[in-house]
Amino acid sequence: MDASSELVRIRREPSFYLWAGVFLLLLAAVVGGLYLATLEIDYVWRWYRVPQYFVSHRQIEVRADIKGEVDAIRTEGGATAVVVKGRDEEAVYAVGKSALKVAKGDTVYPGDLLAAHAEWQPGILMEGLWLTLKVSVIAILFGIVIGFITGIARLSSNPALKWTAMTYIELIRGSPLLVQIMIWYFVLGTLINTLLAQQGIGQVPAIWFGVGSLATFAGAYVAEIVRAGIQSIHRGQTEAARSLGMNYFQCMRCVILPQAFRRIIPPLAGQFISLIKDSSLLGIIAIRELTKATREVVTTSLAPFELWFICAVLYLALTFTLSMLLQYLERRLLVS
Amino acid sequence: MIDVRNIHKTFYVPHKVRALVDVSAAVRAGEVVVVIGPSGSGKSTLLRCLNRLETANQGHIYIDGIDILDKKTDINKVRAEVGMVFQSFNLFPHKTVLDNITLAQRVVRRRSREEAHAKAMALLEKVGIKDKINVYPDQLSGGQQQRVAIARALAMEPKIMLFDEPTSALDPEMIGEVLDVMKKLAREVADRVIFMDEGQIVEEGTPEHFFINPINERTKLFLSQIL
Repeated sequence: MDASSELVRIRREPSFYLWAGVFLLLLAAVVGGLYLATLEIDYVWRWYRVPQYFVSHRQIEVRADIKGEVDAIRTEGGATAVVVKGRDEEAVYAVGKSALKVAKGDTVYPGDLLAAHAEWQPGILMEGLWLTLKVSVIAILFGIVIGFITGIARLSSNPALKWTAMTYIELIRGSPLLVQIMIWYFVLGTLINTLLAQQGIGQVPAIWFGVGSLATFAGAYVAEIVRAGIQSIHRGQTEAARSLGMNYFQCMRCVILPQAFRRIIPPLAGQFISLIKDSSLLGIIAIRELTKATREVVTTSLAPFELWFICAVLYLALTFTLSMLLQYLERRLLVS
Repeated sequence: MIDVRNIHKTFYVPHKVRALVDVSAAVRAGEVVVVIGPSGSGKSTLLRCLNRLETANQGHIYIDGIDILDKKTDINKVRAEVGMVFQSFNLFPHKTVLDNITLAQRVVRRRSREEAHAKAMALLEKVGIKDKINVYPDQLSGGQQQRVAIARALAMEPKIMLFDEPTSALDPEMIGEVLDVMKKLAREVADRVIFMDEGQIVEEGTPEHFFINPINERTKLFLSQIL
């Protein structure tokens, strides 16, 4: 244990450097080969087009849509508005933060600029990334809750609990996620939203069906991980706890789960990384997460190669961060 | 204190084994009873039936007058009064020695942190490892672990203590320290010895009678093998 904290200088064999060189060469060959191939088909790399999809400095404009004269410029409670009076119509334009481009008495025509200002805005990729992150985090949290409950129910001796858990796990694991997303959106979504509409209550947005599908999908796998984790704790632990008079829940909470939790973190990390990647399927139910956002941008950008690489790198950034986070958690738990 | 009446226990997994066959026994308060017998004779099963870690298939077990096989009995209440020490210690590896001993006091007996702590310290002193309170079980020797396990069971102030081969997993040089602790708890010599074989109580009596003048042929054979 202590040896790892000591600074040890490892003397490497000469062949180590040889093979490290081979590795770098291979890497360069793949990247270079790919690049040469794109030149061969006259692909023009336009990396400069990419940043605008993350943040853009966009002009916010307020334009008139009637012909008339600027009758008044009102300021009420810090908010400015331009009143345009036409021959027999009147329009009020809220200006917001924009700088005025007209003065009282000016004549304006439809389409004329009344006020404008530039603003930094998140681009579509940024929004997609944010949505992916949001959907994944919510789905992971629900997945953990569902997974723990199902995993424990799966080990119950009560047939109602056990069989319910088994049926759920088998159904989810036995069908493709894509199909499950379809069922969540087109079947459950239609049912729920139609019923809600009949009651005159608002609608559930598509994103929640997406979260639902991912959470139930991950939940089934988490349940199996939790079950395996609990079963890996020696039976003597349960017996010792129960022999001291603890009931089932006290035993689980104080003795079994804390021990099981350490063992299930690595497989859980794998599962959650899968979940982040699986969230890319949500595009099919019109949730503009990262992949869908990339697809949309690709159609207008003339830079599909760059964007798909960027998309992959962004997913990598998310999954790698999560992986690091869970490794940290694992180390923390091992120390304590 | 313990009254076992005609219990049967049969295991079906992995294959049918009749572990206990019509076993009856009674133990008075304050009595020290030793159960001996060859391996597989049902000693552990009998012990584990007494706090319902195994459920007897037939018969009745009364602990302090309570029928523990009755479905209406709150078994956790009974178990809190029946301490058990296992062959493989079964300490909680994620908790320190102190936490191992205070955990059940706090969640089952609802004692305050201070009260549980004081109790644990007193017991650790008694079993001779007061200096190890903040150590994790895997840093202790087997003998030390078993003494912690004994302290953990005693902390509940049970009316009955069950020891399931408490020294058989220990190196010979560590057996002594555990036995010393057990001698502090009870007199050195058992009041009664029960000999079991093939799930049945074959013979029982005082140690003098048992070791010097055994009656049963199986007892004689067993003793001739071990002595």
